Amino acid sequence: MSSPTLEVKNLRTYFRTPAGAALAVDRVSFSIEKGATFALVGESGCGKTAAALSIMQLLPPAGYLAGGEIMLNGRNLTELSEAEKRDVRGKNVSMIFQEPMTSLNPVFTIGEQIVEAIRLHRKKDYNAAKEASIRMLSDVGLPGGASLFHEYPHRLSGGQRQRVMIAMALACKPDLLIADEPTTALDVTIQDEIIKLINKMKASTGASVLLITHNMALVYRNADTAAVMYAGKIVESAPAKGLFRRPMHPYTIKLLRSIPAQEKRGVPLDTIKGVVPPATSYPEGCRFSGRCPREMTGCAAVEPRLSEYDAGHVAACHLWDKEFMATGQSRPLETITDALAPITSPEGSDIDEGKTLEEGKTLLEVRGLKTYYPVSAGLFKRAAGYVKAVDGIALIVKKGATTALVGESGCGKTTAGKTIIRLRAPDAGEIIFKGTDVANFTGAQLKPMRSSMQMIFQDPYSALNPRLTIKATIEEGLKVLRPDMDASARVKKISATLKRVGITPEMMERYPHEFSGGQRQRIGIARALSVDPEFIICDEAISSQDVSIQAQILNLLKSIQRDSGISYLFITHDLGVVEYIADYVSVMFAGKIVEDGPVEEIFANPKHEYTRKLLSAVPRIDKELPPLWTLP
Amino acid sequence: MPVILSTDLIVYFVVSAALYFGLSARNDGRAREVWFEIRKNKLALASMCVLCLYGAAAMADSIRFRDALVDEKGAPVVSSDGAVLYSPQPLSLLDRALPGMRGNSEKTYSAPFSDRLFVKETMETPDGRVVRDYPLLKHPHDHALGTDRIGADILFTALKGVRTAIVIGTGATVVIIPFAIFFGVIAGYFGGFADDAVQYVYTTLASIPGVLLIVSFMLLFGSRGYQGGVVAAKDAVLAVFVPNDRLFWLCLILGITSWTDLCRLIRGETLKLREMDYVQASLAFGSSRMRVIYTHIVPNLMHLVLITFVLQFSGLVLAESVLSYIGIGVGPQTASWGNMINASRLELSREPVVWWNLLGAFVFMFALVLPANVFGDAVRDALDPRLRNR
Amino acid sequence: MLTYVIRRILYAIPIVIGVNVLTALLFFYVNTPDDMARKILGEKNVTPEAVANWKAEHGYNLPSFINAKESGAKVLTETVFFQKSIPLLWLDFGRSDRNNIDIGTEIKSRIWPSLAVSVPMFMAGLIVEVFFAMMLAYYRGTYLDVWGMVMSVVMMSVSTLFYIIGGQFLLGKALRIFPISGYDTGVYSLKFLILPVIIGVIGGAGAGVRFYRTVFLEEMGKDYIRTARAKGLPEGKVLFKHALKNAMIPVLTNVVVSIPFLFYGSLIMETFFSIPGLGNFTIDAIQSQDFAIVRSMVYLGSILYIVGLILTDISYTLVDPRVRLK
Repeated sequence: MSSPTLEVKNLRTYFRTPAGAALAVDRVSFSIEKGATFALVGESGCGKTAAALSIMQLLPPAGYLAGGEIMLNGRNLTELSEAEKRDVRGKNVSMIFQEPMTSLNPVFTIGEQIVEAIRLHRKKDYNAAKEASIRMLSDVGLPGGASLFHEYPHRLSGGQRQRVMIAMALACKPDLLIADEPTTALDVTIQDEIIKLINKMKASTGASVLLITHNMALVYRNADTAAVMYAGKIVESAPAKGLFRRPMHPYTIKLLRSIPAQEKRGVPLDTIKGVVPPATSYPEGCRFSGRCPREMTGCAAVEPRLSEYDAGHVAACHLWDKEFMATGQSRPLETITDALAPITSPEGSDIDEGKTLEEGKTLLEVRGLKTYYPVSAGLFKRAAGYVKAVDGIALIVKKGATTALVGESGCGKTTAGKTIIRLRAPDAGEIIFKGTDVANFTGAQLKPMRSSMQMIFQDPYSALNPRLTIKATIEEGLKVLRPDMDASARVKKISATLKRVGITPEMMERYPHEFSGGQRQRIGIARALSVDPEFIICDEAISSQDVSIQAQILNLLKSIQRDSGISYLFITHDLGVVEYIADYVSVMFAGKIVEDGPVEEIFANPKHEYTRKLLSAVPRIDKELPPLWTLP
Repeated sequence: MPVILSTDLIVYFVVSAALYFGLSARNDGRAREVWFEIRKNKLALASMCVLCLYGAAAMADSIRFRDALVDEKGAPVVSSDGAVLYSPQPLSLLDRALPGMRGNSEKTYSAPFSDRLFVKETMETPDGRVVRDYPLLKHPHDHALGTDRIGADILFTALKGVRTAIVIGTGATVVIIPFAIFFGVIAGYFGGFADDAVQYVYTTLASIPGVLLIVSFMLLFGSRGYQGGVVAAKDAVLAVFVPNDRLFWLCLILGITSWTDLCRLIRGETLKLREMDYVQASLAFGSSRMRVIYTHIVPNLMHLVLITFVLQFSGLVLAESVLSYIGIGVGPQTASWGNMINASRLELSREPVVWWNLLGAFVFMFALVLPANVFGDAVRDALDPRLRNR
Repeated sequence: MLTYVIRRILYAIPIVIGVNVLTALLFFYVNTPDDMARKILGEKNVTPEAVANWKAEHGYNLPSFINAKESGAKVLTETVFFQKSIPLLWLDFGRSDRNNIDIGTEIKSRIWPSLAVSVPMFMAGLIVEVFFAMMLAYYRGTYLDVWGMVMSVVMMSVSTLFYIIGGQFLLGKALRIFPISGYDTGVYSLKFLILPVIIGVIGGAGAGVRFYRTVFLEEMGKDYIRTARAKGLPEGKVLFKHALKNAMIPVLTNVVVSIPFLFYGSLIMETFFSIPGLGNFTIDAIQSQDFAIVRSMVYLGSILYIVGLILTDISYTLVDPRVRLK
């Protein structure tokens, strides 16, 4: 075996923060063989991007390397002078970033930006560099020739820009390409194209790839070796397939089991209790202690070593450490509870006990719904035409069931949701809710239906008014819709609802910034639930969250449905979520519904071309993987 | 008998608002966070203390009342119909606290801490000779910053200028805040015609160069009403309140010329807030627009108002001096640093130079504007780092 | 792009009219011609006849906005507003109230001294500010940057008046390097211009450096700067090529808007240095309460501002391809 392209040893990176020095990367070691793809995977804030920037020596001003070696083809990058480091960047290591929309300089043509990279590292004259970059552009699937060369970034789509980024990064044939969440900001079908392109370019240039992502399926599909990061450390590293077949670290297991997928339907997703400790004050022992389902007495005090427990498979967990297990410290503190406890309606809440589910009955039917936005153009900015955001869609939501509205960004699904809940008026069509067409209702007429129809939003940070306490936030709906309630009745109702979503009612006088993202999302759910709706629209309600939090929210929504027979309209682009939670699915494309039906049917046998493309683009982990993993 | 000028109301309002913010910072989570952020910056904290001192001086100089007139025997003077007569000159708490400084005027110029007048006079010595020399002062070594042309203590004049500066610096923004919020929110939230109209008005107003707008307004309004100094009976309402204060007009006019920025900022922020999910959530409850504006929009705009308030402060203080210099600022009767600078221009061309009037104005102004800038930056960074560009 | 420019110009028309109406309201309604006459003739002992005479002489003897005595179009045309304010739209400024001089001619002759001071001051100021701002941005976080910022804040906390008075006193009176004030024609004016230019540059530097520094730092934090660094570009090239060209957009906004104002000169500078420019003209008019001149200058200033805005919008298209190619 030849020597590895990249070898990182004991990398330590700190960030100066107001709260003190944050240990972003802690003694991380790994190596990447020539031509291989190595994936660093983990939830947000685990230090994977900081590790990548440390390798590039491109840390922001607040960050600094505190130790370790970065050996690139036998050269230690940390010992180079600033000029030598610059020479390595772009020539030996290059990087592509998450946001293609902002990563290219808007005032230079894409040609100039690629030529700049080429001329910097290879002594070519302008014309030779121009030729090389046009060739590079066609290699990455942008065969525009000279006209594309002179184009400015804003004229390209996100996917095209990411291709330009790849062309620029690979223009000097680097030994290592670092791809930091290269597909996260893109649509599913584009994601697939970009990841295929990276694989193709890797094969043709022989570069090694360091893939940084939070998407487990992407790792499973594309990486040779994968390392899971948690709280600044690598907790487990193995050949990618092996990591998924036999995960060894409890964190990895938990993570994999919290990913929503079809085979987990009907079963609650696994969740991880607690939150990641702050990077300024990590626990002395295992970083996962306090959250681990198999925590033992000594875990919080003794740091587990990263040792090889299987061929090429290393993990940092005491459970596999025979020496540790032989000591007296290894007494389990608790046992795994796999299933989520059934939810009983909390005392004092006024959920109708024993409400029978009227399965099969239609709660909401949408027919021919159209919502247009005027577009202005010309000298006087007259309305020159319309963007047909929603162009005649039909939808059915059954009682106690979940319908998913799936589509890519910009297909009109969010506008459809806002129109159905009557946050804006439709231009045409019917919205029949409980037998009444509410499409043309105005102001006062809408009021009675407001309490039966509610919405949960995507971004937990903009969903709560930062100037209001949690109590005031939830109380607003009650004040408006339940004028019969007095102040004490409202407080009672608020605490009952908060309890239902798993927030201690004592916290109701706090402000949103005192809560984590997951908690805020729960509060958003509580706000919708407080007025006892029959129907909730979840607009990408979980897409901005990490998988472990996603799982908690999905479980919560599912249990609420089970207990009170609420119907959901799930607006999402995440097909895993759809498979897991939805009963019916409608696929939306460019303002129209192209296909709908029961979820199993659509997923098993997609008829429309777009649905097929969508389904094939989603990276998946094999369904044959063992559903439950075992720890010693 | 108390006298309240319309500008006093501004000072009262600002002081009570500052106290309110200070107190609410103790239990409101967000405010407390901002306070912690500011507290980390030692320089900002020191600046805040200086600003508080200035604020206290301005407050002390804004509580004023008139004394009953007394005759030589100390008995109150009454008018023919038996009512007690009051002095037309109201004295503020500041005046009363510093009776020495207020009363110890000399004949004309004298240098700081000097014991003699700055101007030679023809005097008769005890032995009968007539000499031209610098006469002794009535209050030697008493004037830390010297005296001016009419012999008034410059330190005292500069202290009196504090209130003028604070009133201008805060008043111009305070007077205009309600309008800026009202129009900004209307334009941003309702859009359409209201938006076009408001935008048209502020673009038009912004097109007129600020200085010229101020000039024309002051020419038209400025010579009416109370100009500082003695309160005439015709200026006062019910003998207590003086609504038509030239300083107040100056505030209003400076406010009108500077409100467009705040209004534009508020409009932009409202446009953003309108699309926030919590506003959508509120609408999904069927809340009325008024309710949405009142509970969700306006409270989330207050940081912009506060930032504008602190950032405009120093600019307004500087503007006052320039305007007073041109002769369209506060009246010549009102103590102001601009008037002091104006006077010092001639004094600098004297031989030898009279420099202390300028020094007094400079020190007092610099000691206010510098902390205001430092503190303003700290407040802005704590409240909204995105606005650093302004 | 042509439609863009035309649209920008069309947008300006209602604003010009708005300014015109506003100035007319101020000068003919809030402050009536009677008030004007009384101020000019002296506040005391003015007979109604004298006021009426003065108004007739200066063409103010008509109703302000609507002449009910006339019929047809004359209802509107036979008014002070129509005869005094509408001509401003085609830059006919009329005659002054006090000396009856032709304001337009006066403006034309006074523009040159204003330009002679303001253009060098503006150019030198811009170069100094951008230079120091880029230096601070390049050395961000170092002591140079910290002290540079402290200096800027200190400098912008000092009133312009002190810079002028101090500068005149130090350089003009004490050291006798330059004449304190005055103006001459042609090349001889040079020695009079140096002092105001130096003082102007120093006075504006604090705020300017601070502003441009934040503009540059803002750009330095953008994603594409990280991309440029990831290519291996040296820091100087990142700053002077990638950041500078993007920073030109906010810089241009600041610069182009000021260009028309160069014609206008600076009110205070010109009075202090006795430069016979437009600023001085305005101050004199204010002090002598010549409302016709003040009104003309208010209007001229607004027109220049609006022209500046249009120029800014057009100049965007030169640096920002996103606007150019829309």
